[in-house]
Amino acid sequence: MARVQPINKKARRVDADTLATPLAAAAAPDAAAGNDVVALQQGGAPTGPNIPLGCSFVFSPGWEVDSSGGTAGLCQPVERDLYDCYITCFWPVHVPDLYNHAPDWTAKCAAAQKDWRKIDLIFP
Amino acid sequence: MIDGTATAEPQTVSRRSTRFRRGEFHAFAGDGAPFVYMTPSAAVYRLDDASVAVLDTLAQGDCSPDELAQALRSRFPLPEVKEAIEELVRIRAVEAFLETPRKAPPAELPAPSPAALQRASGKRVPLSTLVMNVTSKCNLSCAYCYEYGEDRLSEASDKPRFMDEPTARASVDFMFAESGDQKLVNLTFFGGETLLNFKVLKAALGYARERGATLGKRVEASLTTNATLLRSEIIDWLVENDVGVTVSMDGNKEQQDTFRVFKGGMGSYGTVAPNVKELLARHTRRPVGARVTLTKQNLDVRSIYDHLAHTLGFWEVGFAPVTTSWQRDYAIQEDGFYDMLTQFQSLAAEYLEFALAGKRHKFSNVRDTLEEIHKGLNKSHPCGAGMGLMGVATDGDVALCHRFAGSDAHKLGTVHGGVDHDKQQAWLAEHHIATKTDCKTCWARPLCAGGCYHEAHTRYGDTHRPNLHYCEWIRSWTNTCLEVYGTIAAKRPEFLQQFD
Ligand code: SF4
Ligand code: SF4
Repeated sequence: MARVQPINKKARRVDADTLATPLAAAAAPDAAAGNDVVALQQGGAPTGPNIPLGCSFVFSPGWEVDSSGGTAGLCQPVERDLYDCYITCFWPVHVPDLYNHAPDWTAKCAAAQKDWRKIDLIFP
Repeated sequence: MIDGTATAEPQTVSRRSTRFRRGEFHAFAGDGAPFVYMTPSAAVYRLDDASVAVLDTLAQGDCSPDELAQALRSRFPLPEVKEAIEELVRIRAVEAFLETPRKAPPAELPAPSPAALQRASGKRVPLSTLVMNVTSKCNLSCAYCYEYGEDRLSEASDKPRFMDEPTARASVDFMFAESGDQKLVNLTFFGGETLLNFKVLKAALGYARERGATLGKRVEASLTTNATLLRSEIIDWLVENDVGVTVSMDGNKEQQDTFRVFKGGMGSYGTVAPNVKELLARHTRRPVGARVTLTKQNLDVRSIYDHLAHTLGFWEVGFAPVTTSWQRDYAIQEDGFYDMLTQFQSLAAEYLEFALAGKRHKFSNVRDTLEEIHKGLNKSHPCGAGMGLMGVATDGDVALCHRFAGSDAHKLGTVHGGVDHDKQQAWLAEHHIATKTDCKTCWARPLCAGGCYHEAHTRYGDTHRPNLHYCEWIRSWTNTCLEVYGTIAAKRPEFLQQFD
């Protein structure tokens, strides 16, 4: 890199890892969406650092309601559900529309494990 | 991928344009040059003028590529700005996102998922250091001592005061059994005053070396002592067996005798100093270090350092503030921490001078932090306690570390029955940095990760709590060490090779 010079060992490692990512794609996720998200059917995970997305990667039973129609008896804590949809899912339907309608939905919730009660209630 | 939420946008909104904002980092200067310390990767980069200008502009608020180019056009040619943006995005000092009205939410730290924990429990962290508390008894009675004094943790009454030989041997077997395929294991003796149980520690090390030879594992040994009982024969043994020694000592006569006194109240300097001199003269193969406990009454870092490093000639000197609840008379208060920081900084400046001249300086607090910075350590937990390091109490109970040894509430197993790995995994998951909400936005978290569990327990009665009473101090001190690091990187990079 010409402008930013790696100094410590970790920086050199990051440098080596991220060289696999074309810079243009990194700087413009919009234009380079084709390279940025890769389906597994397309031949496995891309080289370099990558984050698997989607709830099919994790065992996530117990969606919106429990057997009695409430949320008290979900098989995992509700905040876990929320974050599965919110962060790792490409299908933003179960959770508030965080792009347009409710962008600050989780702004007060720094750590889901502790602060999930601070997640806003959203009425469509 | 730069921003998970942005790339998750469906194609229908792709006409929105990219904008840039600052990522998470801490900027510092070394030798006048600009550097960044990246959180959470712990990578250190040096910046050029164009990249500094990009970050400065983004400090005013996020920008579109055009706005950024516009703002900088008079100072830099466009290709330079573009290159700087691309590189800053790559190291994540700048984030690219799609234009939306929302504010950036704080980055979500990945909490360990159940699946990851499952994997982790299959792949255990091997034990690399076992700290054996060979006795909980001491011949000094330093008022501030957490083992003995007012902040005592373990109910010592129901535990033997001395470890017996069978327990010591069982501890050694335990250490090898838990060490996985590690070729090197560290056996450290701790107390109480370790030398009060010299017979057993000697037997333990003998047995460990013998077993190590059979198993093809090297055993590094060390001990901590108050040096009151260092006799010639003991020094002979330390030299012969290549045992690293750390002496707990607080400075010159007056400083040492403030707290480090015998039962009757007599100061220990007169006993300790000649012993230390003999030790330093004869034990030359392993570095012998001094470890100082700073208190409100004993905070003159400079003179303590000079005495221990120069008058007595220790190989290195490390300082730590006393661990205690804040009400205690010897607890360092707010202004004391500031004072301590200023003194640490001036010693760090001297360390830098020495480093640039290619000389060794003995202030180990700087050295240790430089090494962590250089390696880019990014800690999931503040220390190895309960992970690669465990402490054994006199009765063979295994706890998080030496400071918790003997505390039933922090027990992870016994040397006879082994570690309760489920309990250990659960404990590690609970104490992961991702669970420390307060540390979430702190740039120093790769190195601090919330700080010592024992300190937190003493201060707040809870090992889960980050040590928030130290944050300002930790961040200032980390910044000082980053500046030292940056300056060395700029002026004498070969000095850093020792940390590779
Ligand atoms: S304890 Fe304080 S300094 Fe340490 S990581 Fe947490 S917030 Fe930062
Ligand atoms: S818990 Fe504290 S005393 Fe124990 S190993 Fe960690 S930093 Fe050291």
